[in-house]
Amino acid sequence: MAKYLLIMRGTDESNAAMMADIDKAMADTRMYIEEMVKAGVLLAAEGLDDPSRGAVVDFSGETPVVTDGPYGETKELFGGFFLLDVASQQEAVEWARRMPAARGSKIEVRRVPGDDEVPEQDGTFAPGTAEGV
Amino acid sequence: MDTAGVEAVWRIESARIVAALTRFTGDFGLAEDAAQEAVAEALVSWPRSAPANPAGWLTATARRRAIDAIRRRAALEDRYALLAADLATGAATGRALDEDVDPDRIDDDVLALMFISCHPVLSREGRVALTLRVVGGLSSEEIARAFLVSVPTVQARITRAKKTIAAAGVPFELPPPAERRERLGGVLSVLYVIFTEGSTATSGDRLLRPGVAYEAIRLVRTLAALQPDEPEVHGLLALCELTAARFPARTAPDGSPILLEDQDRRLWDISAIRRGLTALARASARGLGPYGLQAAIAAAHASAPSVEATDWDRIVVLYEALGRVAPSPVVELNRAVAVAMASGPAPALAIVDELVATDRLAGSHLVPTVRGELLTRLGRRPEARAELELAARLCTNHQERSVLLRKAAALG
Repeated sequence: MAKYLLIMRGTDESNAAMMADIDKAMADTRMYIEEMVKAGVLLAAEGLDDPSRGAVVDFSGETPVVTDGPYGETKELFGGFFLLDVASQQEAVEWARRMPAARGSKIEVRRVPGDDEVPEQDGTFAPGTAEGV
Repeated sequence: MDTAGVEAVWRIESARIVAALTRFTGDFGLAEDAAQEAVAEALVSWPRSAPANPAGWLTATARRRAIDAIRRRAALEDRYALLAADLATGAATGRALDEDVDPDRIDDDVLALMFISCHPVLSREGRVALTLRVVGGLSSEEIARAFLVSVPTVQARITRAKKTIAAAGVPFELPPPAERRERLGGVLSVLYVIFTEGSTATSGDRLLRPGVAYEAIRLVRTLAALQPDEPEVHGLLALCELTAARFPARTAPDGSPILLEDQDRRLWDISAIRRGLTALARASARGLGPYGLQAAIAAAHASAPSVEATDWDRIVVLYEALGRVAPSPVVELNRAVAVAMASGPAPALAIVDELVATDRLAGSHLVPTVRGELLTRLGRRPEARAELELAARLCTNHQERSVLLRKAAALG
């Protein structure tokens, strides 16, 4: 078993498509969340406000510089996440496939390393000692 | 799609497919067989070409296999002949199983599946195997690995369980209101058995098998979603989450157990503790039952920065309450440990000696373990050593046994 973060990445186009029928999008998302709760796999889910209302703290220089507004030039903006507790990466992917995501958006599936794993030089984590079933 | 991909879809869909098929056919054993045939087919055909809608494919294939099986039986039995005729009409008019899967009803069907898998006519092993297989979506191989038994043993348990359900004429339905609470208690105890197998392995050389505990927590979460008004379901969920929160601190790198008093509490899983406390709050809104009380005890530990700063008086009170609603010698023994922390070893030893006198935990390593600890604290070293050696002889977990022997040896 392992934890996975499903990261919603939307573009201006996919966000516009979602906003065109926001009631349906919200109802579909509620149903999707309910399915995951009943499957016993959902740990957390949050959606984010528009990036224009956010801020960026930039550590490029000697001291952090704070600017208002969206993050850089990225086309696919982080719009929200689901944290899952699933049996395998394939199961996380299967849940991602079922997300009522707007056309044009992408879902990034990222593993959350276990407590017993340690980071390697290349940024990956060494396999934990925790076993599957 | 590879094998792991098929298994992933199956984990998500198994309970709903078996539940819907059981309602559709009225035959739990047949439904389970048909669903397994569908998975077996998926394992062969999906790697070559994966369907666009894997869940729908599994449902439709399982339904076809169920109809095939019913037609085969129809030649033998009138009841099935009628059913086969009905199904044929349904198929002809395009009535799919999917239409039978009313979203409001499927929750009740999955719940009914849990009740049938945990039915009191089944053996304990049968209930555990069936629950993991049909509700949890685990394969026989996965269940065998979880319980350290052979695959044929698991298969035999499942076959026998299905035969028992058929022979006893167990209906596929929610228990009537008068029995609901008691039957729910039966479901909870099966889920707790699975959890404890993962949190303190009864055999083998590993203390923890987190994968097994995970399966239990997942099933309890499902039950909590389906029965949100039952306080003990939330109580059990809280107990499992709070116990699992300590897993990262419970074993040393070599696999040996680390006792609560020696655990590095910074390793405890804070988000699991938070989930456990949330579940406990839901449970306690209506008064705590046995699982809720155990969860409250776990919560008292989880919220304490150290052993010394633990509210032992509260824990003693909670054990007293637990002893009244669910009397057991194990609860008495744990109360003794809490009393030792709250008021010292002497009054605790009196409780343990009473347990020994009434011989209520004969053969368990737990009584001599606790008695040995208390005698150590009272400075009665030779007696303490004898008790710890006795405990080591009775203990079946290798890791726990070596800790006991080390403690005995330290007493000189």
